[in-house]
Amino acid sequence: MLLLHPELMVTSKLAVVCRSLTRRFGPIAAIDNVDLDVHSGETLGLLGRNGAGKTTLIKMLTTLLPPSSGQAHIAGFDLVHRPSRVRRAIGYVPQALSADGDLTGFENLLIFARLYDLPSREQRPRIAAALAFMDLSEDADRLVKNYSGGMIRRLEIAQSTLHRPEVLFLDEPTVGLDPLARDAVWEQLKRLRTEFRTTIVLATHQLEEAEILCDRVAILNHGRISVVGTPAELKAALGAGATLEDVFAHYTGAEMGVHDGAAAAYRQRRTAERLG
Amino acid sequence: MTSGQAMSPAARASRLLAPLLAFCCKTLAIGDVEFRKLRRDPTELMTRAIQPALWLLLFGEVMSRSRALATGSVPYLDFLLPGILAQSVLFIAIFNGISIIWERDLGIVHKFLASPTPRAALVVGKALGGSIRALAQALVVLLLGFALGVHLRIVPVALGGVALLVVLGAAVFSTFSLIIACLVKTRERFMGIGQVLTMPMFFASNAIYPIAMMPRWLQAVARLNPLTYEVDGLRTLLLVGPAGIEAAKFGLRTDIAVLSLIFVALVILAARQYPKIVQ
Repeated sequence: MLLLHPELMVTSKLAVVCRSLTRRFGPIAAIDNVDLDVHSGETLGLLGRNGAGKTTLIKMLTTLLPPSSGQAHIAGFDLVHRPSRVRRAIGYVPQALSADGDLTGFENLLIFARLYDLPSREQRPRIAAALAFMDLSEDADRLVKNYSGGMIRRLEIAQSTLHRPEVLFLDEPTVGLDPLARDAVWEQLKRLRTEFRTTIVLATHQLEEAEILCDRVAILNHGRISVVGTPAELKAALGAGATLEDVFAHYTGAEMGVHDGAAAAYRQRRTAERLG
Repeated sequence: MTSGQAMSPAARASRLLAPLLAFCCKTLAIGDVEFRKLRRDPTELMTRAIQPALWLLLFGEVMSRSRALATGSVPYLDFLLPGILAQSVLFIAIFNGISIIWERDLGIVHKFLASPTPRAALVVGKALGGSIRALAQALVVLLLGFALGVHLRIVPVALGGVALLVVLGAAVFSTFSLIIACLVKTRERFMGIGQVLTMPMFFASNAIYPIAMMPRWLQAVARLNPLTYEVDGLRTLLLVGPAGIEAAKFGLRTDIAVLSLIFVALVILAARQYPKIVQ
């Protein structure tokens, strides 16, 4: 049996539990004493400006980055002591469009079917089902370098859900996609939740995305969680007529208009990507 | 938990074997990716055949004529061919690690690391990719050798041994290169270091001249160089008759043992370094 902290014992319905989770880079705490619960089956948005710690938190929860202190359980397994059990239970879509362009869509899925120990009999049917689910069946044998950004993202979601993970982590899943591609990705994420009851944790700085997809949002600011709640609760708390933009501005202390802020962050990020 | 005694021997064996089997499957899965890419675009292999051809044609022919390098009763070109074979294994494998920097930038490494794949399987899979390239390259060099009339021992045992040594040697140099990539983390620095390393490794080995010709200090360096054991093994297998035995120095068993030990040590190091590339 897993030994959980007494407080964590009543967690059968919690997919992710973080307690005092902290990650320091030198003197700076990129994630500072974060407590966070994600309920099984819900979609939680991690909202925050650039550098707020969204990616650091996701990297920790996906076992890529060891925490400096604190603890976390994913799907009931301790993040630090049982990383390989955690890895079996999660799927991960990183921020960059990360499918392998020199392989076909099918091959990109095949490698993950093998890495996630799917029985060889089940591999092909599962891959075919995933391709159909993501509306990529006709493009399965094309090289991924000829895919559009939206197709690559959908392929990546297929890759990360082949093994039917309990929790799916996505880091800014629709950054850089055109509105149509973005809507298609949103549709697939909603279907994952309704059809497979997958718990989804997604980092975003697009408020529209948070509003459309998330049951609850957690606003991160300088590595700390400022507030957690449903979009409706958070808006109501600020008074009648408040928008999620107002909530975001209130909790992240954004001085400029949030729209400008998000646009500036986006430009900054594109520049950063270009400069490598 | 079921206790160890309560399990049947078969169940116990399968519990021990299952992770090993999974390890091998995943290693092959990573290697398979490299194989598919290579099959789709073999131009790299074609362009890489030029350098060994030049070494054999220009350097080899001139040195054969001048007889400046004392290789005993072995014709110089015969002596050189295993050296050039080992050199092309080194050159093709030593830049293998750069792919991990690409894949880190693309986010592919992140996904591999977030999957339940043992780190060592990721490393050995990559090494296998290097080995597949090196095997294709070795075939080209051997064909070149025939074309130039080099006397080679063409028996199945020798060729099997050559394949084994090429796979092992490429795995050693690929894994070494992977460790460097994990340490330097950028393409530019990696290319710089790769260039700096290959030439000393090549010249401080027995690839193009016998160790006996070297000054004492360089002999010591050559004995620490894995390429020396690769060349030595290939020479033992490929040279014909007593001349081959004379030209080889350490013996095939020592060569394979040394390379295998180095490989295991490098895999352990690389498996520790690999996750750090995304941190």
